[in-house]
Amino acid sequence: MLILHCPYCGVMADETELHGGGEAHLTRHGPGSSDEDFHDYLFAKENPRGVHFERWRHVQGCGKWFHAARDTATLEVFGTYPAQTTEPPKAIRKAITAKRPGWTWRGFSDPAK
Amino acid sequence: MSTRLATGGRLLDKGRQVSFTFNGKRMTGCAGDTLASALLANDQVMMGRSFKYHRPRGVVASGAEEPNALVGLGTGARFEPNQRATTTELFEGLSAASQNHWPSLDYDIGAVNQAFARFLPAGFYYKMFMFPRVFWKHVYEPFIRQSAGLGKAPDAETRDADTYEHFHAYTDVLVIGGGIAGLQAALAAGRSGARVLVMEQTPHWGGRAPVDGGEVDGKPAEAFIDAAVAELEAMDNVTLRLRCMGAGVYDHGYVLGYERLSDHAPGADGPRHRLWRVRAGQVITATGAIERPLSFAGNDVPGVMLASALRDYVVNWGVSAGDRTVVVTNNDDAYRTALVLLDAGLNVPLILDARAGGGGALADEARARGIRVETGKGIAKVKGRARVTGVAICAQAGEGAVLEEVPCDAVAMSGGWSPVVHLWSHCGGKLNWDDALAMFRPDAGRAPTGHDGAPFVAACGAANGEFGLNAILKDANTAGQTAARATGHKPGRKGAPKASDAGDEAPLEQVWLMPQGANIKLRMKAWLDYQNDVKVSDVQLAAREGYESVEHTKRYTTLGMATDQGKLSNINGLAVLSNVLGQPIPQAGTTTFRPPYTPISMGAIAGEARGALFQPIRRTTVHDWHEAQNAYMEPVGHWRRPYCFPKAGESHEDAVQREVRATRDSLGLLDASTLGKLIVKGPDAGRFMDMMYTNMMSNLAVGKCRYGLMCSENGFLMDDGVVARLSDDTWLCHTTTGGAERVHAHMEEFLQTEWWDWQIFVANVTEQYAQFGVVGPNSRKVLEKLGGVDLSKEALAFMQWTEGTLAGIESRIFRISFSGELSYEVAVPASMGRAFWNKLLEAGKEFGVTPYGTEALHIMRAEKGFIMIGDETDGTVIPQDLGLNWAISKKKEDYIGKRAQARSYMTNPERWKLVGLETVDGSVLPDGAYAVGEGVNANGQRVVQGRVTSTYHSPTLERGIAMGLVLHGPDRMGEVLDFPRLDGSIVQAKIVDHVWFDKDGEKQNV
Ligand SMILES: [Zn+2]
Repeated sequence: MLILHCPYCGVMADETELHGGGEAHLTRHGPGSSDEDFHDYLFAKENPRGVHFERWRHVQGCGKWFHAARDTATLEVFGTYPAQTTEPPKAIRKAITAKRPGWTWRGFSDPAK
Repeated sequence: MSTRLATGGRLLDKGRQVSFTFNGKRMTGCAGDTLASALLANDQVMMGRSFKYHRPRGVVASGAEEPNALVGLGTGARFEPNQRATTTELFEGLSAASQNHWPSLDYDIGAVNQAFARFLPAGFYYKMFMFPRVFWKHVYEPFIRQSAGLGKAPDAETRDADTYEHFHAYTDVLVIGGGIAGLQAALAAGRSGARVLVMEQTPHWGGRAPVDGGEVDGKPAEAFIDAAVAELEAMDNVTLRLRCMGAGVYDHGYVLGYERLSDHAPGADGPRHRLWRVRAGQVITATGAIERPLSFAGNDVPGVMLASALRDYVVNWGVSAGDRTVVVTNNDDAYRTALVLLDAGLNVPLILDARAGGGGALADEARARGIRVETGKGIAKVKGRARVTGVAICAQAGEGAVLEEVPCDAVAMSGGWSPVVHLWSHCGGKLNWDDALAMFRPDAGRAPTGHDGAPFVAACGAANGEFGLNAILKDANTAGQTAARATGHKPGRKGAPKASDAGDEAPLEQVWLMPQGANIKLRMKAWLDYQNDVKVSDVQLAAREGYESVEHTKRYTTLGMATDQGKLSNINGLAVLSNVLGQPIPQAGTTTFRPPYTPISMGAIAGEARGALFQPIRRTTVHDWHEAQNAYMEPVGHWRRPYCFPKAGESHEDAVQREVRATRDSLGLLDASTLGKLIVKGPDAGRFMDMMYTNMMSNLAVGKCRYGLMCSENGFLMDDGVVARLSDDTWLCHTTTGGAERVHAHMEEFLQTEWWDWQIFVANVTEQYAQFGVVGPNSRKVLEKLGGVDLSKEALAFMQWTEGTLAGIESRIFRISFSGELSYEVAVPASMGRAFWNKLLEAGKEFGVTPYGTEALHIMRAEKGFIMIGDETDGTVIPQDLGLNWAISKKKEDYIGKRAQARSYMTNPERWKLVGLETVDGSVLPDGAYAVGEGVNANGQRVVQGRVTSTYHSPTLERGIAMGLVLHGPDRMGEVLDFPRLDGSIVQAKIVDHVWFDKDGEKQNV
């Protein structure tokens, strides 16, 4: 059972307090988007073994959505941060680089590159 | 015979006799006995029959690893099957029954299975029971049911008499296992000030050390144990729990512990079991090791036991398994058993040491004390059926030619030791094969890691592959100090106490089959998995048939799949498999260790969550009134709503019909408080509402209401309800009953993760208001009678709302209708709900006021052709399917679901569309029935062209009416479709418009 730090209320929250929301940093495609873009937005999700960015909601706590960067194989958590952003903060990306040099995820990678 | 000894029994209080029954027979034991030791004291060696062949089986071990001695314990509400006699503490009045036999333990008809053993080879389920198919019902299934099944299930009508609880705990260091390793690790960590929790599954501290002997700091091991426990008990930062098993280790330091509080004292106050839900910074597994059996013919005959178990029974419980015990071993440890037996005045006619070179110092001691020791020899075969009568001995290197027969009534076997690595492995800890000691041991370099990527589990002592007191204590001390440091404490430098080292030990020799070249007859009687009746020959057959992966072999032969999860059998089975495959053991690999370590009770898992606490019920402000009227309640979400209010002697159907008629004729009341109520407020609320709903909500005038549809991003209709604009920047959204939380979460998700720059708050005020439907031609009259608000047609038109004081109670009145009648919904503060309801009932008397339930509500909405979420929708239906295009804005650029509804699949004209259905004979269509077409589809199934989504008997139309989704439905008005019933007969129904009642809305427009 995972334990994640809620960046809003500051508690280390048990997974039972949380609700998983799938992949983070999706770009919403609405009317006018191509069939392919819309399909990918809805259905084509990343499923990596290793570094991954996810959405979680502290549903039994403060109710806020946040993002977590973690390793899906080892369950190591590199950091959590508020969901009100379109890309992982530099500090998070640096923290990942320290543990998983050379990582990439969709368009994101080590901030030094 | 097995018997109680005059001396020994360190765990017993011999002065306190305890009486119990086994298969109805009265027996006596002592306080401190386990059921197994007490049965042995009563010469009851045979304790059950095996699962598949119903072979007589005796106890083989002395602890949690026991595969054979499973009993049904207790009676009635406290009956529980498959309890291990070895871990069941004896108590006064205990009643146990052996399992897997019929009609009795001694005489069992199922034992004929044994005669058919050659027809029940590995994978027999897959091979035997395939064809012909018709044999399943009358031949195979009855056979399997009668002969299979481990133990018997408790009576379905009884309810567990005990209570259970969950306990949440947080600790820096969790030590699992209270042997000397666990105690030393706890001391090392505890002295640093770290919070330490120690769990020991048995009722005693110290583990094997008091039995195996040795000295710590110049004193007997027992003295060290007592001192360690005393020191730990004196520390405020240390918690000690006996009878508490570490059941499973999970992600990020989460551990389940299983505490058995009153299994040894049934009926005692308080919970029976407690499930510890622990979050630990560091976990130390000091879980010891388990001895392995040797694989020789007849190694399952009652009286053949693990050498360490025989030793335990003599030292701990003062019972002997037999008078003459032959010891058979591939290592030095079993010699300890021979010496202990000798000390207890018992006879050891022979030690068979499979190693050509024999043993070390302990072997010398055994010889010096006059025991005959034969090296390079083994057991060809055990004599006896229900009890050991002797052994036939042979050369280990040969094929089993019998050299000599030696009478005996017990056999002590030792095939070496396997560290208990289960808890280490649960969360990903990896193992290395130690070829010298023939065991898998934890690889500290590949430990389970936590949320920070650092290791959080460490094994120590025998669980880490360390044997010998000195090595164990040193390893444990290091583990405790390391764990303390990892949790931010300073452990100091205090070393482990010094222990006396055993003399020179000769190395173990790997013996996976005895004798090495045993023929097929012997291999078919050499058991690997006692509980699932898997033999050496089964694993060899599986390998020859191509089951080369250990995971496949496990499933094919069922090796290790019983309730003991192969604690005794896995390594032996793995070794046999790798020998056949000609590859080293580590290459074959192990199967996955899964929690719990031993079975835990369902009661402990449920904890307090049973009965009324299983899922708390939500109650409206008039819930009690409904119950007082004997309303027939139904669950809707977490609420209970009246389905109908039957009068004395009235059927539910009749009550529903009466409620509809009374409402349409005069006045009905509905408790609508369960409808969700969400406030959306803020400068950007209008544009947000336009995104949430398919229709335009931003242009709704203050004081007005509008019916709205809400879709998912996939385009599917997920909720509906009336939206009211309360002020310039405030909207009130009604949701379906049970939909409030889901819709609220849906709004929050988009608000927080997509449009976080929009300034809006959403509040769920569902429980802040009681809300009542006042419905029917006399609804205005009754509200006017209450007085205080002008509700004339001019003052409050259809789809408007107003506020005021009705009957002295602050109210918000919505003129909306879900029935087609003149109708109002009145919301009052929840605290005034019951008072307002009473006033409605009082004022409504003259109009014959009739409270109605959900079924009348459904019928009236269906008569009017309104859809219901969950009936007309099922998560695959879009509003366009339901003819709701009028509620979808064409002007808006975007709303959630709009893009999805433009996908080719959604615009396909072949999608089934909503229509009304009228049976030709006026009967009611079966709910969910399908309309069939011509021919069959690619799967050979009848083609279908529609289905019923709602179906009722309408008291207004006095006939069956239904709604359904039908292929090209709206274009096929008047066509008659065939709907088969479950019995195969056909109901015919005509496609009609789905609005039956007052299509022009004249009734509500008054
Ligand atoms: Zn939070």
